[in-house]
This record gives sequence, C-alpha cells and structure tokens, in this order.
Amino acid sequence: MLNNIKKSLEKVYDYFTLVARAFAGIVKPPFYFAETLRQMENIGVQSLPIVLLTSTFVGMILAYQSGFAMAIFGAKMYIGTLISLSLVRELGPVLAAIVVAGRVGAGTAAELGSMLVTEQIDAMRAMATDPIKKLVSTKLLAGMIMIPLLVIIADLMGILGGGFIASASFGLAPTFYKKTVIQALVVEDLAMTLVKGLFFSVLIITIGCYSGLHVEGGTTGVGKATTKAVVLSIVFILITDYFLSVVLLKLLPGLAF
Amino acid sequence: MISIKNIWKSFDDLEVLNGINLDIDTGDTFVVMGKSGCGKSVLLKVILRLLYPDEGSIIIDGEDTTSYDDIAMMPVRKKFGMLFQGAALFDSMNVWQNLAYPLLEHTDLSIAEIDDKIAMLLSFVDLDGAQKKMPAELSGGMKKRVALARAMINDPSYVFFDEPTTGLDPVTSGMINNLIIRTRERFGVTSIVVTHDLASAMRVGTRYAFIDDGIIAFEGNKDELFKSSNPGLREFIKDASWQDRS
Repeated sequence: MLNNIKKSLEKVYDYFTLVARAFAGIVKPPFYFAETLRQMENIGVQSLPIVLLTSTFVGMILAYQSGFAMAIFGAKMYIGTLISLSLVRELGPVLAAIVVAGRVGAGTAAELGSMLVTEQIDAMRAMATDPIKKLVSTKLLAGMIMIPLLVIIADLMGILGGGFIASASFGLAPTFYKKTVIQALVVEDLAMTLVKGLFFSVLIITIGCYSGLHVEGGTTGVGKATTKAVVLSIVFILITDYFLSVVLLKLLPGLAF
Repeated sequence: MISIKNIWKSFDDLEVLNGINLDIDTGDTFVVMGKSGCGKSVLLKVILRLLYPDEGSIIIDGEDTTSYDDIAMMPVRKKFGMLFQGAALFDSMNVWQNLAYPLLEHTDLSIAEIDDKIAMLLSFVDLDGAQKKMPAELSGGMKKRVALARAMINDPSYVFFDEPTTGLDPVTSGMINNLIIRTRERFGVTSIVVTHDLASAMRVGTRYAFIDDGIIAFEGNKDELFKSSNPGLREFIKDASWQDRS
C-alpha cells in the first residue's frame, strides 16, 4: 500500500519535472524552428478536418435538440444565444481538445514510446543532446499555438452549424441568428475559450509525451501508453475545465449571464 | 581511462550488477562477455549515465561522474560514441540527417563541411552514397554500419559497441568485426565491446572480462581467458565453441 503511494507520488513528481523541463526547453537555445513548424502542421493543420467536422455537427445537434425544447416555451429566438455561449465557453474548447487528444495525444505517446523501446531516446542522450527539448518542447510550443486556434475554429464552426439548423428547421432568419450570437458574446468569452484551449494543449501534449517516455514492457507497453495518454488527457481536460470555469467566472465579471 | 568502482545496479527486486570493478585503459578494445541478461548492456548504460547506478563510482579521464545528472553529463558524453544493439537510428530521418544530427547540435560546421564528414564516414563503413536512404530501406547490417558512422561523427575518444554482431549473418558479422578493428587502428579510439559472440570477441578484443552473477568473474588477456578455471567462463567457452562447430 505504502509502496504504491510512493510510486504514484514519484510518477506525479516525474510528470511535473517533465513539464518544467519542457517549458524551460521552449525559452532556452538552441531553438528547433523547423521541428516546431513540422509539429504545428501535424498538431494543427492535420487535426483541422476532424475538428471542423465534429464541431459543425455538435453545433447542429445542439441547435436541433434545444430548438424543440425552446419552441415549447416560445423561446426559439434565444437559440443563437444558447448555442454561442455554450459553444464558446464550454463545448468548443472541450470538444476540440478531446478530438485532438484522441489524435495527437495518442500519436505522441506512440511515437515517443516506440523511440524509447528502440533506444532512440537513449541514442539522443548518448549523443549529449536533450530529447525533452528536441521532442517535447517543440511539441508543447506547437500545441500551445495551434490548439487554441483549433478551439476558435471549433467555436465558429459550431455556431455556423447551429445557425444552419436554426434557420432550416426552426425558421429563424440568418441575420437574426447572427445578431443574437453577437449580442450574447463578450470579449471575456473569447478570453475564456483561449485560456481553456491553452491549458488543454499543455495537458494533451505533456500527458502524451509523459506516457510515451515512460513506456514499460517493450512494444506491448506502447499500446498501453497510447490508451493511457488518451484516457488521462480526456479525464484531466474535463476536471481542468470545471476548475477553469469556476475561476474564470470569478475573475472575469463580464462573463456573468 | 575509465575506472568503474564497485558498481551496483538493480531493477526493483532484480539485482543485475553486484559490485563491478573494471579499469579500461586508453587504446584498449575491452570486450565484456557474459550470458544474455547478465547485465553487460546495463553496464555500458551505467557508464554513460543513461542509467543511474545504485552504488559505486565511475571515473572518466580523472573526472568522477557518479553524481552527474543528464545536463552535467552532456560535456562528458561528447567524448563518447555508442553503437546500440538495434542500431537506434532515428526512423523519421534519412541517413544524412541521422549522421548530421550530433554535428548540428554541437558544432558550427557549415553544411558543406558536414557533407564532407558524412561522405568520409559512410565511405569508411562502405556505404558510399547512402545519404538519402531512410532507415527502413536498410538491412540489419547496413543499419549497424550507419550507426557506427554516427557513433564516430563527433570524433569520440571512446566508442561503446552493444552486441554489434547479434542477429547478423556470419559474413556481415565479419564485416562489423573488421570495422571495429579498423575503427581502433584508424581513429585510435578506446572501445568497450559487449557481446556474447565468442568468435567476434576473439577477433576484436585486446582485453577481456566475463560477467557472471553480476560480478566480474574473469579479467585478463586472450591467453588468460582460455586458461581460466572459472566454471561459468569455461561453460560459456564450451557452449560457444560447440555452437561454432555445429
């Protein structure tokens, strides 16, 4: 029992050490611009189609489900308000992060895990280079730039998808829908969506990298690490989302309904 | 010179090294033999501090590196090249990028100078013109030769060979053995070769050690090796000779 607690605490310590070294690697030279750009393409551009697709459909589903309920109470005109607030504050960041965690978190854990098992990480260390700086810091910086952008795109696509259904199924005029969306959103909403995107990007990348760099048991361990990276990322995204919502609603008074 | 004093290393409950003492003199090709799983590769990784020893000290060129962390070890590691058991080439990089990686990290050489150095080392390992090949396009023997070129790219003083002939056919093994000898003759490096391949050990070594039950059960030259009365070593030689005949 005590041994298990000790091992768990060691893992937490190792994780935060990795996070600290990854952030230090971003600001200390040498800088790997080409590798960072490659990771931005991998994390951001390649995740774009799936983020576009899922966020559009979530906006459509949200509009469809809420539209019927709101129609009963004669509140159809508030569909735009409901969709924009729920997407920008919650669903956009969380949904985009979960999709990216599934794609990038798993890929990162598998890539680094395979490199560990085939001694490529040891080879980097043996050549007097820092694998954390080369492999983790570049991914972290790329993720911190691209994932908040993906979140903004997810918000926009969700609102557009919702607008399509509000118009097609509930007869709301697109201009009216647009007006209610703009009226509902304030600058603090944008701040909330970006802050959440930033925190989630750190979670996805560092949990993926940590899982990959701590693979045990050879190639079988790589599969387990991949699963672990995705599950842990999603769990911590949701937990962090709750606490960020509470803190940001207190810190940013403009967010009050 | 590398001095290893009373090194202990275990993984959870599995004790691997139980007080290893060795001195590797400059210019030697020191062969460490032993059965699979006896801790030979662990010893190399402990010297390079890729693994932390539980106890003991490691002194490299008079510098005690035992308490060094990864960052402090970096200048020390620049003196070393290592050929890993599975070659450990970077999958996502071609041969040129694999070889250029340490140079781009540690030197101010121009791309033209890096090109020249890579061409020279690829010629040394008999792989002229392989710069653009990806690791997936190379055979096991070719991967090991590229890995040897990469290990030599920073002009190291010490080169470690971890099971250099494992998994290779006899002809390719012979080629790798020749390269180990030529590396010593041409570049004057001090080497540690970890192997359970007795024939390879006899070809390349100048001094020998045999690990059994986590300790150095034998240390000496080739003549002393065959005269040793250590039962573990005698059994190892007998089994290896039987395999060579069969």
